[in-house]
Amino acid sequence: MKIALTVNGECRETEAWGGESLLYVLRERLGLLGSKNACEQGECGSCSVLLDGVLVCACLVLGAQADGHVVTTVEGLADGDRLHRVQEAYVQAGAVQCGFCTPGLVVATVDLLESNPSPSDDEIREALSGNLCRCTGYAKIFDAVHRAAMS
Amino acid sequence: MSATATTPGVGRVGDSVPRLDGPPKVKGEFAYASDLQAAGMLWGHTLRSPHPHARIVEIDVSAALTMSGVHAVLTHDDVPGQKTYGLEFADQPVLAHDRVRYFGEAVALVAAEHPEQARRAAEAIRVVYEELPVVSDMERATEMEPLHPERPTMGHGYRDDPRPNVVRHMVIRHGDPDAQGDVSVTGVYEVGIQDQAFLGPESGLAVPDGEGGVDIYVATQWLHVDRDQVAPCLGLDPEQVRIHLAGVGGAFGGREDLSMQIHGALLALHTSRPVKIVYNREESFVGHIHRHPARMWCEHRATRDGRLVNVRMRILLDGGAYASSSTAVASNAASFAVGPYRVDNALIEATAVYTNNPPCGAMRGFGAVQTCFAAEAQMDLLAAELGIDPVDLRLLNALAPGDVLPTGQVVEGSCPVAETIRAAAAIPVPPAEELPRDPIRLPGGAGNTTRGEGVRRGVGFAVGFKNICYSEGFDDSCAARVVLRADGSAEVHCAAAEVGQGVTGVILQVARTELGTDAVTLMPHTTSTVGSAGSASASRMTWMAAGAVRDACRAALEQRERSGGGEVDVERVHRHPRTTPLDPESGQVTGERAHVAFACAAMRVVAEVDVELGLTRVVWVGTAQDVGRAINPIALEGQIEGGTAQGIGLALMEEIQTRDGRITNASFTDYLIPTALDMPPVESVLVEVPEPAAPYGAKGVGEPPTVVSTAAVAAALRAATGKPLRRVPVRPDEIVGLALS
Repeated sequence: MKIALTVNGECRETEAWGGESLLYVLRERLGLLGSKNACEQGECGSCSVLLDGVLVCACLVLGAQADGHVVTTVEGLADGDRLHRVQEAYVQAGAVQCGFCTPGLVVATVDLLESNPSPSDDEIREALSGNLCRCTGYAKIFDAVHRAAMS
Repeated sequence: MSATATTPGVGRVGDSVPRLDGPPKVKGEFAYASDLQAAGMLWGHTLRSPHPHARIVEIDVSAALTMSGVHAVLTHDDVPGQKTYGLEFADQPVLAHDRVRYFGEAVALVAAEHPEQARRAAEAIRVVYEELPVVSDMERATEMEPLHPERPTMGHGYRDDPRPNVVRHMVIRHGDPDAQGDVSVTGVYEVGIQDQAFLGPESGLAVPDGEGGVDIYVATQWLHVDRDQVAPCLGLDPEQVRIHLAGVGGAFGGREDLSMQIHGALLALHTSRPVKIVYNREESFVGHIHRHPARMWCEHRATRDGRLVNVRMRILLDGGAYASSSTAVASNAASFAVGPYRVDNALIEATAVYTNNPPCGAMRGFGAVQTCFAAEAQMDLLAAELGIDPVDLRLLNALAPGDVLPTGQVVEGSCPVAETIRAAAAIPVPPAEELPRDPIRLPGGAGNTTRGEGVRRGVGFAVGFKNICYSEGFDDSCAARVVLRADGSAEVHCAAAEVGQGVTGVILQVARTELGTDAVTLMPHTTSTVGSAGSASASRMTWMAAGAVRDACRAALEQRERSGGGEVDVERVHRHPRTTPLDPESGQVTGERAHVAFACAAMRVVAEVDVELGLTRVVWVGTAQDVGRAINPIALEGQIEGGTAQGIGLALMEEIQTRDGRITNASFTDYLIPTALDMPPVESVLVEVPEPAAPYGAKGVGEPPTVVSTAAVAAALRAATGKPLRRVPVRPDEIVGLALS
């Protein structure tokens, strides 16, 4: 089947098998490898993207469901070489280690700061509790969110 | 196709330097192993055993072979070379033949054009099994039918144990094992099976070179030892197999063993096309080794004034179906069983056994995590028995340079145990938070399960201790190559695996420091351009890579000086002080040292427990860690915080559940790792006493936080509940008193 969607401001069309997730379509059909395949069952948040502005796990959405909709992935946040302020904060805070969870966390943080520009620690914890990170112990991720909120 | 060269930047040894791979990682541009693509690429899939122990009667691949999109279906008959591989003993089949010994063992391979086609074709392979009795109880394993009847003799100075299914039996006899004290405390402790649960699943791409060889791009911890295991199974010479590091999404020991390397290469060579294999989460859980579960029987004897007189411990470790690194884990568990304390008399036995449970091998802390949990609980029991403050008791017995370890090795170099304990004890504990409060700050968190009526607070303290680098005579080395160009810029080649820990930053900091320039480029990690770096494990990579890069930089500068300019290209191999094996009968050191160096960490944990609901919340962690010297403080703090999270996970929630050898929770839905809601703030203090034998005095920092944190959390939970809690993960029914513990 053919699906067409707007990804990071660009209209894209692709062939896809009906059983493919949006994550598979983004990664394997459109070559947008930033969204990660850590659990592919909606538990870890590594594939977080914005679908019509709503934070979703791309692994839990069928590619076909995104037909005609607007998707923002981690690749759509930076302005060329200029990092998004959330991305910059993650780098500066040391919130990136292996980095596999990072794209999902960055997208989730952008979403959080959109609705709550200066979140408390508890609000950050709750907002990011759907994104598993195995390396950092989260402390530097909280630092990054505060940094981004203040920048 | 694989990781690209890391670009120049700034930062010398001792500076807090943000990661150079940070920008590509936050932009989603960093190529992890599962992101690799190649023209004409096929997808590989592995058919795995649904039984923990069975005889294979027949494998019929005919239906799978004719399915749409399928290019190859392979079984053990298609393995052209050696049929088995392994880190220490080649006891693990590339693909099962005759029988399967664990749930999830690889049986057959498929390559197809779409991953779904590959998965469906694997389902269409008909395997007839005859189920065999499952050896699932590690205590009974030594009396049951041997799982490896033709087990090779161990050699290497190991004591061959005549009992069936014993992988290694290790005994340390020190002083008078019958020495008495004024008081004694005993306990039996248990640790469940923890998983590394790295986020990036096992993945890689194998590309045939058209001349019979293969390039493998994979997430691994040790490129050269992968090559040395892969090549014989493919029937190829080592130089025909080139391993390239692809982006690694965490490792923690779980990538020391092979995963898709041989399988991908077999499919690629068979189809003459690039083949990519990406495990899904369930396959990752069943397809890699875990932390050894342990049962430990302990007796500590001490004088009335609190000096340890005698420590006796029997440690049983379940290694699962294949040896992996069980022999070294058993030795480490025994070597570090007492903790960083002086004791003149000890009898320690560690036994690792084969069972049909999930195979176990390396995981952060490597045997010391299990024994630290038991030994620190014993120290607390002793403190209570003697009426001595637990911190004071630890200080009284703290190991220092010049002391003798139970193995007979004299501690040399940097060993600031007392300093580390004092530093941790000096971090102020936050005051108890008043009730009522936001439910997110109660045990049970956002579940809104209580208003806090049953909440009790407890404070626990623990000290952990572990070796740095490989031990027991292993000829441990790391190579680095430096090319100095005429324009003053430099490129560095080193096969040290960057698994998230930040070794690429260390390498660049060292090269910039030694060469006095920022124009340094770290070239791709590969077996093709430089010798082995050894593994990114055993808290050794910083020491070894820093040493090798430093040596190569200095040699390059000297050579340029001599030649009066132009380009120079030198490779140097760094070795740490030589170690020797332990005596197989007594566990005593046969030379100067069995271990190169030691690092410790001390930690105070505040936990809250809802004693009505059995729910827990770690409120705060204060920790001091002996780091030798900090090369990159910001990265080091990240290691401490992350390592602490893994220890908290083992204390509270992380356990691979099995039923008769079958894993029942192979998903992130059911295997729980700490989330942002579970992690407390961590205040860390770095104790810097440079290690004289180490380059720049730096000790590895990855493991001590994980070694100590499980014990410290358990201590806090005991303080909150008054219950003995002798097993981790601690279960709610143990906290509320419904379970025997």
